[in-house]
Amino acid sequence: MTGPDQTGNDQTGSSAASHCRSIVELGPQRVRHLLELTDHMAEVNRRPNPKVPALRSRTVCNIFFEDSTRTRLSFEMAARRLSADTMTFSVGQSSLNKGESLRDTIETLAAMGVDAFVVRHRSSGVPWAISRWTDAAVVNAGDGWHAHPTQALLDCHTLMSELSGSSPRRADLAGIKIAIVGDIKHSRVARSGIAAFEMLGAEVIAVAPRTLIPPHFSTPVTQDLDTILPEIDALYLLRMQSERMSGALVPDLSEYTMRFGLTPERVQRMNDNVVVMHPGPMNRGVEITVDPAELPRSVITKQVTTGIAVRMAVLFELLGSGAAQAAPETSTEVGFESQMEEL
Amino acid sequence: MSILINGGRIIDQTGERVADVRVDQGLIIEVAPGLTPDPDEVVLEARDCVISPGFVDLHTHLREPGHEEAETIESGSRAAALGGYTAVIAMPNTNPAQDSVAVVEFVRAQGRAAGLCEVIPSGCITIGRAGAQLAPFAELAAVGVRIFTDDGTGVQDPLLMRRALEYAGDLDIVLAQHCEVARLTEGAVMHEGECCSHLGLPGWPAVAEEIMVSRDIDLVRLTGTPMHFLHLSTARSVGLVRAAKAEGLPITAEVTPHHLSLSDEMLMGFDPTFKVNPPLRTRADIDALKAGLADGTIDALATDHAPHTQASKELPLDQAPPGMLGLQTALGVALTHLDLPLAEILAVLSWKPAAIAGIADRHGRPVQVGEPANLTVIDPHQVWRVVPGSLASRSRNTPYAGMDLTGRVRHTLFNGVPVVIEGVPQK
Repeated sequence: MTGPDQTGNDQTGSSAASHCRSIVELGPQRVRHLLELTDHMAEVNRRPNPKVPALRSRTVCNIFFEDSTRTRLSFEMAARRLSADTMTFSVGQSSLNKGESLRDTIETLAAMGVDAFVVRHRSSGVPWAISRWTDAAVVNAGDGWHAHPTQALLDCHTLMSELSGSSPRRADLAGIKIAIVGDIKHSRVARSGIAAFEMLGAEVIAVAPRTLIPPHFSTPVTQDLDTILPEIDALYLLRMQSERMSGALVPDLSEYTMRFGLTPERVQRMNDNVVVMHPGPMNRGVEITVDPAELPRSVITKQVTTGIAVRMAVLFELLGSGAAQAAPETSTEVGFESQMEEL
Repeated sequence: MSILINGGRIIDQTGERVADVRVDQGLIIEVAPGLTPDPDEVVLEARDCVISPGFVDLHTHLREPGHEEAETIESGSRAAALGGYTAVIAMPNTNPAQDSVAVVEFVRAQGRAAGLCEVIPSGCITIGRAGAQLAPFAELAAVGVRIFTDDGTGVQDPLLMRRALEYAGDLDIVLAQHCEVARLTEGAVMHEGECCSHLGLPGWPAVAEEIMVSRDIDLVRLTGTPMHFLHLSTARSVGLVRAAKAEGLPITAEVTPHHLSLSDEMLMGFDPTFKVNPPLRTRADIDALKAGLADGTIDALATDHAPHTQASKELPLDQAPPGMLGLQTALGVALTHLDLPLAEILAVLSWKPAAIAGIADRHGRPVQVGEPANLTVIDPHQVWRVVPGSLASRSRNTPYAGMDLTGRVRHTLFNGVPVVIEGVPQK
């Protein structure tokens, strides 16, 4: 029997390579390539006029079904620095409140000529659904508890740069031990971060009560933060949300801080070289009770800065001319250099 | 006008033989090799095919009344006939629910009007399936309801379940449980395992099913009332039922084609087509369910045919409703994925479920003279591709879209009427 597939599962023919949806899907080669592109974008961002023509006449549509000021602004700034046209669509203003389906919304926006959708949604998997309905590139800006690949890339880049000091950025995280502390079960930041850290050779240890660890989790887990503190090179703190208390996941916030918070006592126990990271926004007094500015090696604001370069790299890789085919150094098409010329 | 099924091989509970079958006025009137067609007779070709008692589905969601946008009794009956079914048990989670004689009679009448198979309503265990107050078992039993279930949800309250079993004891009915401890599956989207952990989706743990299977086995032991377990999905559930049967408890169980053929890895692309309740489990569970079917622990293959509109299946995975189509693919999935003799596959599709449903007086009968002509002619070797848009259901949510299955229904006779000829519905 033959005939068109009429399920609505029709694939548009777009493959994983034309999207940035998760670290696992990107794979090690693209992750490394994106980190290299980030180096170039960081260089652009250090210029007095940090704007290049690379994505001129390309349109990037940010669709945020869930509140996110920082990630949205970071993507907007990244797109603009590459000279892309941007549209931002927040669910509050949308016709989704009038009963229009997600698919109709996407198809309508796609018909306006969108080249890339940057999507944030509270449900895991929505970027995959969207890429079934449009030929545009899809960038996952966070889906449910599942993935947040640009956060993971910026975390890796920030950590690698920090560990390299004034030398050129190291190419991997081999030999680096990272503790990631907090609500891993409900965290897309943790899922993507762990995948990327492990992909780059780091040894990751998850620190959380069993209630906040995903079932059948393959990364090593401990509840004993104090014991591992002296052994680690980086400490990644996750945001602890107070709604977790209601589900019998943690008794209360002060107990959480006692067992898993970065307290002054724990700072004492920690090696001075430990890099402290947090995806923001911080719950001061919960996962961290010290002022991060007083820590010897906190890169929390650096993460935010790197975020713009990473998002530029991701958009450029997907939409730039010839960018996805070759590393910038070897690219022969529409010269990488000309796309990165100062405007 | 009589009908001759010509050139086939009969397989039923009495064995296997090559014979032609002549049907007239709803009954089988002749069974013998080499029958000569009468000049004005309808001849149904069955060369290289198997003539089986018609199939019986213990678990069909027909959506009418209440959700006719997803399926009607007519469209679902057509899918059933095309799938070789001559009887389906209509699940009670309609709107209004099948908890009163009026609704039950409506469902039966719509089935009769469609005339494609016998639509046998089930009844609710509790009013509105709300889990609080018993439905009128005896009133419903008096109009022919035999299977009672709150399917879609399990009866959570152990006291209420005990009372239901005690009260049902003298009514010659079967209580059928959807085993799911609701508190353990709040917000659950898929099987709790490695995949759900990677995908960041809330998990449906196997124990949520097993705890209720275990509880209900204990309640059956206490009360002596028969019980049927719907859509078992885990290895441990199979083990519990096996042990209960060995003890001699009056327990039966079913498994769906999808739980025998698809694992939780199908969700890796976040496609809501593969969201179902209970969820697709692991390969180890699939193997245990197959073993349970092979050794008789599981009595029936039941579709849990659950149509949903395309719009609802295009919601994000966590919001999309669970369920998949099953009536037209059950035979093909069974023949493609089960390593069992054909007679055993037909047993779990036909006469064994007919006995559980209490309709063995007219469905799943041996192919013999004098029996009602509820028959299915299948080509066990035909390979066909599942094309969602070509299915008879109003919905398109088949998990087998684009897949090739081996084994297809060629003709279906319902009460002696050829409702499907050469894979084409006759009404």
